[in-house]
Amino acid sequence: MTALPEFTEVVDPVPGAAAPHLPPSCDSGTVQLLTPEGDRVEHPEYSLDIGDDELRGLYRDLVLVRRWDAEATALQRQGELGLWASLLGQEAAQVGAGRALQDGDMAFPTYREHGVAWTRGVDPLHVMSLFRGVDNGGWDPAARGFNLYTIVIGAQCLHATGYAMGVQRDGAEQAVLAFLGDGATSQGEVNEAMIFAASFSAPVVFFCQNNQYAISVPLERQTRIPLYQRAAGFGFPGVRVDGNDVLAVLAVTRQALQAAREGQGPTFIEAFTYRMGAHTTSDDPTRYRLASELEEWKLRDPIARLKAHLSRSGIADATFFESVEADADELAARIRSGTVGMPEPEPSSMFEHVYAEKPAPLAAQQAEFDAYHASFEGER
Amino acid sequence: MSTETLTIGKALNLGLRRAMEDDAKVVLMGEDIGRLGGVFRITDGLQKDFGEARVVDTPLAEAGILGTAVGLAMRGYRPVCEIQFDGFVFPAVNEIITQVAKIHARSQGRIPMPVVIRIPFGGGIGAVEHHSESPEAYFAHTAGLRVVAVSNPADAYWGIQQAIAHPDPVVFLEPKRRYWEKAEVDLDATPDPLFASRVVRGGDDVTVLAYGPMVKTALQAAEAAQEEGRSLEVIDLRTVSPLDLDPVMESVRRTGRCVVVHEAPTSLGLGAEIAARITESCFHSLEAPVLRVGGYDTPYPPSKLEEEYLPDLDRVLDAVDRSMGF
Repeated sequence: MTALPEFTEVVDPVPGAAAPHLPPSCDSGTVQLLTPEGDRVEHPEYSLDIGDDELRGLYRDLVLVRRWDAEATALQRQGELGLWASLLGQEAAQVGAGRALQDGDMAFPTYREHGVAWTRGVDPLHVMSLFRGVDNGGWDPAARGFNLYTIVIGAQCLHATGYAMGVQRDGAEQAVLAFLGDGATSQGEVNEAMIFAASFSAPVVFFCQNNQYAISVPLERQTRIPLYQRAAGFGFPGVRVDGNDVLAVLAVTRQALQAAREGQGPTFIEAFTYRMGAHTTSDDPTRYRLASELEEWKLRDPIARLKAHLSRSGIADATFFESVEADADELAARIRSGTVGMPEPEPSSMFEHVYAEKPAPLAAQQAEFDAYHASFEGER
Repeated sequence: MSTETLTIGKALNLGLRRAMEDDAKVVLMGEDIGRLGGVFRITDGLQKDFGEARVVDTPLAEAGILGTAVGLAMRGYRPVCEIQFDGFVFPAVNEIITQVAKIHARSQGRIPMPVVIRIPFGGGIGAVEHHSESPEAYFAHTAGLRVVAVSNPADAYWGIQQAIAHPDPVVFLEPKRRYWEKAEVDLDATPDPLFASRVVRGGDDVTVLAYGPMVKTALQAAEAAQEEGRSLEVIDLRTVSPLDLDPVMESVRRTGRCVVVHEAPTSLGLGAEIAARITESCFHSLEAPVLRVGGYDTPYPPSKLEEEYLPDLDRVLDAVDRSMGF
């Protein structure tokens, strides 16, 4: 086999790192505005004009979504949820991206974007109902600017692109944010979405949370070049951002969305992060990754670095941090009681909304179902 | 007077044009549908008159067409997707089954999905592999989709407009080998409902059911049977999902016999479902089991063999004979 002249390295290797795909926390190709130690740094292309209130707000978002996540994991362990897909470790990527959206923008999540849901004002209980098996997500996508969770990997990237094509036809100054993971970049539909987005210069931003694993399969199986470099092949900009740096994510995503609104077409953002928990509560990551790798990433925790920055710079004091903890406790209690107290769905409701206009044969089947259930009346 | 003699292809073209005039949200999407007018010329002239934003020559990617159609529908548009040939719908099937069909239910009715998927279907044109398939059962088996198959120019003209105006996703099957069949179409008529079957020839001895390209075959069989003194009632099912079987049941209760004809493979095809339903509803009226005439359980064969594979007049009459023999 002849030597490949380019791309012979698999994703920025770090000498001596526990896993080959662990990059330095910030290499020259990764946008960072807040170091893991909590120091603000400048980037030549991305600046962030942000006030203290907003900084404190971001911290509050991060803490609250992590607390929601922890409560949901606990509820699953206690049998109150069928499943939970934890966002642990990805809070900054999600909150930063979500807070970059404006009113009128539309986001298309996967099934893990609880942090984005939070920033869009989705009631956490409307997400919990999905994982409890009550419904498939209880929020109004149009009202929230946040589509329902899409579980088939990558399908939502095409929906986002099509929606953006609609935005173009409406002549609206709005942008669309498509979420995907590193595994999804291998899907044909994701690649088709990028081709459509490029060909039509659609106002869509592809926000890839590279959390290093597609369930158990590491990034190397999906790609032999850094993911953000894929964008060049489609003909639009690609940028890698430190996904555990909420400020950098916010700055990069804001800029990409604004470019889309102004008619400059799509951008691919690779938010380099780490899934600190399992893929879902059904998964066991100890079977496929080393504990040392997790320990390495804990040093880059997205919340700790912002807390360090806020404390050290005097933007927030102990009273603030205590109030956020109190808010988190309150949120967790509300999520717990709301989840446990959720009414069971009516059995016959499965026949509703299958069609906008219920066909006669389905109505007949529903009537049989109802009659069958009614036949047990008095036996219970 | 607005009666015109139209082919099925031209009727579809006029129907699409009228739908686009009636609703500015209608957007056509597909491969080669713009400047070329589609490989069957069904969209001929539409891009010229409605522009590239409404008649979109897409990249060559069927999943991409359907997936972006979903997003356009979420934004309030009414996408009409052309799949170039039946056998090329399969790359888009993920989007059709996991998304198009389910989003209305998933969203508890908040997100309508008025997407039309036009597919030229069926064989008989001497084509190479993947150009002669009859995939209707896959879609009819999927809750949330509606599936229709037109057989004549009037239904093509009105049906495509009705499908586009309907709030549910509709798989719209066009009988490609009949694209050039002509008939008079009254462009001012009040059309029949889209999701309704229709008796197209009255008769007393055997009820013959067909849809799409097989309606003509069934009518030819009825003509031939007449010469032998047998009276076949032919029903054009028109809608494959939901099935409209009330007229069928009424007919079978009179004739006591039924033959279902389709090009798709016989096993687990529409005929199987229809036979089960007729048996459930008309058991005591039946003089013979419901018989099926369909494609064989093989891949669609090379075109030199397709006449052997496809149901024709003789195979329909053979089934009629067997039915009468019980």
